[in-house]
Order: sequence, then C-alpha cells, then structure tokens
Amino acid sequence: MKPEKLIVDGRRLDGRGPSDLRKIKIEAGVLHRADGSCYLEWGGNKVFAAVYGPREAVPRHIQNPLRAIVNARYNMAAFSVEDRKRPGPDRRSVEISKVISEALQRCILTEQFPRASVDVCIEVLDAEAGTRCAGLTAAAVALVDAGIPMRDIPVACAAGKIDGQVVVDLGKEEDNFGQADLPIAIAPRTGEVLLLQMDGHLTVEEFNRAFDMAVEGCCKVSEIQKKAIMQRYHTVDEVIE
Amino acid sequence: MDQKTRHVVIPSECLGDTGNSRAGRGTFIDHGKIYSEHLGILTQEGNILQVVPLKGRYNPIPGDFVIAIVLEAMQSSWLVDINAPYPAVLHVNEAPWEVEFGDTAKYLNTGDSLLARVLSVDESKKLQITLNDRNLYKIKGGNIIEVDPSIVPRIIGKKGSMIANIKKYSRCRIFVGQNGRIWIDGPVDGIELVLLAINKIESEAISYGLTDRVEGLLREHAKDVR
Repeated sequence: MKPEKLIVDGRRLDGRGPSDLRKIKIEAGVLHRADGSCYLEWGGNKVFAAVYGPREAVPRHIQNPLRAIVNARYNMAAFSVEDRKRPGPDRRSVEISKVISEALQRCILTEQFPRASVDVCIEVLDAEAGTRCAGLTAAAVALVDAGIPMRDIPVACAAGKIDGQVVVDLGKEEDNFGQADLPIAIAPRTGEVLLLQMDGHLTVEEFNRAFDMAVEGCCKVSEIQKKAIMQRYHTVDEVIE
Repeated sequence: MDQKTRHVVIPSECLGDTGNSRAGRGTFIDHGKIYSEHLGILTQEGNILQVVPLKGRYNPIPGDFVIAIVLEAMQSSWLVDINAPYPAVLHVNEAPWEVEFGDTAKYLNTGDSLLARVLSVDESKKLQITLNDRNLYKIKGGNIIEVDPSIVPRIIGKKGSMIANIKKYSRCRIFVGQNGRIWIDGPVDGIELVLLAINKIESEAISYGLTDRVEGLLREHAKDVR
C-alpha cells in the first residue's frame, strides 16, 4: 500500500525529522562459537554478524601469498521479509556480499596474514530497509570483537529522497516508494568512502546534500559502535569495584 | 592511568604523536600520529606505546613454547596444529628419533599432543616447530584446555608468580603454552581448582592485583597445601 504522502508537516511517517536516524542497538560478543560476533538492531532490522579467522584459506588456489582475503557472506533469512524469501544466495545477496567484502578489506590490515582468510557471516533475521548498511556496521563490530587488526572501524548509513526532499536513513515505505536511495560506508577516522551505491535519480546538488547527510549519519552510528565495543569490558570493572 | 583497571583501547584510537612517542607492537603510524591497531590494553614503556591485544589468534614467534596437536603424519614430516592461523610443520630432523622415510606414523599420529618450540616463521608465515630441546616431548596422559592466547601472560604472572601459586595450591603438574593451550595433570579436585582459578583470570584479565585475589580464591578452596 502506497501512503499518500511520505512527509506530513515536516515529519516523516514514523515521526522522524529529515536528519534523524532510527533507533540503533548494538551488542558485541553474543555468539560463543565464533571468534567475534555482534547483534544489531537498526529500526526494524535485526542482524547477526559472526567472524571466523584469520585462518588458512581453502581451497589453496584462492590464497593470496601477500595478504589475507576477506570473505563476507550476506544472507537473508527466509522469514526476514513479508513474502517468504527463497533461501540461498541470489543476485542481490551475491552483490551485497561482494561490496561488503571489499569495504571491510580496505580497513583490515590484511598484509599481516598472508595466505589466510577472514570469514564474515552476516545473517539478516528481520529486514526493514537498509540491511546492507546494518550488515556492514554489525560486521565491523564483530571484526573488532574478534581481535583482528584494523586501521579503522567501517560504518555505513544511507540517505535518500522522498517527496522531493533529501532525508537520512530511509525506512521501509520510504525505500519502496521514495525517489532515490544512497547507501554509503566510510572509514570515520580518514573520511575515506568504502562503499557508495545509488538507486533512483538525484540532481548533483541533491546528491551532494544526501552524501553529506549520510556521512553525518555514519558519524553518529560510529559513536554507538565504539560504545558497544567498550561496553563488553566495562562490566569487568564493575565486578572488581 | 586508572589504578584499578588498565586502559582499554579500540582500533583506530589515537594514542599519541610520533614527535614525543614511538610506535610499538599493535600500533600503526598515519600522518605523524600513532593509532591502535586492535582491541587491547595500552601500555607505555619509556616513550614506546604498545597495545597488548585482548582477543585474537595466536601470533607465533620463534622460540615460543607451545602445545601442539598432530593433524597428519606425512612421509618425512608431521603437520601439526599450534592454534595459529596456519598449520605448522615438524620435520623428522627436528624430532628426537631416528625415523625411516615413510615411518612417521609409528612415532606420532593424528591426535597426539606435543610440548614443542616454534623454530622458525618465514615472511609468508610458514611455520616450523622442533622437539630437539630440553623438556620437549610427546605428552602422555593429562588434560589440555584452551584459553585465549592474549591472557597467557596473566596466567603465568610476573616472574611466574601466578602459575607458581596455582601449582602450589592444586598439586597439579601444569604446562602453559604461549598459544593458549594449557596441559594439566593431577588429582581430579586439583584440576577443578586449576580450572576455577583460570576462569577467574579469564574474566578479570584486565584488572590490577589479580595475583592476590586468585591466591585468596585458591586458599579458600584448597584442601591441603604443601
């Protein structure tokens, strides 16, 4: 069902302003069998990320003698969307796996682990627009939790255009019936862009504004990520005091 | 620095300037600034900044004492797992026996455990271990547990104070490998005591004064002390 208007009196359907993010909750180290893990809730998105390795890459021919390879696997659960999603990799999830792998690879110090692979599994349990941003953000926290050396903690956020107005972090209706969607991932320390995709149409001015708003959103999410990582070690202090 | 807990840093956290400090292990330099490379504890020795990892894989260094598990017996060598990202090779020349070509499985086979030393690590991280040294041999009996390699220094303690305490109160024989594997042999209640102590060290690894607290715990639970 398409709503008549996506913005009413300057407020979006869920009551947010143009530059407000949805609610984000991040928890690190939730899975015991993985080397590192993270659970993330971003609005209605629920995402688990698990990291394994670095470990020797198999089969042998995929090894790189100079650096580690990063294998991210993005997967949506059959029950994550309204109509049942046919399980298994499809065109969309293969693409997202590839772009997330490349974004993460840029931040990991891969040259420390020649011939190895770092495997990242991203499972989307519940989807509500912006799962690739949520998946990448969760994967970054899981990598830190696994103790993998990194030059930066990547973070992602989207911006877009709805009812002719540029807004940050699109919700489900906004994504489905909006005019454009621009997910980006950055390395917050350097400001380097790790991922940039666009769906729909934007003018140059709109693109620039959307880009700036998404970067601003990334910075906010980055703070939440860092807090979530530190949280794991705060509980230890409390026990002692 | 806080007296009670150590300073925990996360990757890409700025630690200082190259002008007044030097970058040690676990750090990298970018545009004249020193950054942490992984989640760990910041330590400063003189003007050298180091980050000791809190989690992560074992990074083998030549000379490390490790507990290895044999994966496969090959024609003139064994493939062993030392908990590193890569399997290590134990060549027959590095074993204390006269092994005929193809007879490797007579001496060591899949699943056997060894006390070994890391012999070499080359630039593509090919690992070699050796058994040709004092106190290196195949393990018979006992139990092996695994902990995070980053807390091994805490289990050993300053000049071995922590491990000496654990041995004293539990009456167990213990070997701690740098790769996070610990071999324990002794009476059942002694082993339980060791596990109790190691669990406490694991959960409070980043705090100060741990040796005293663990000794208190051991004294409370120990049956008799030699």
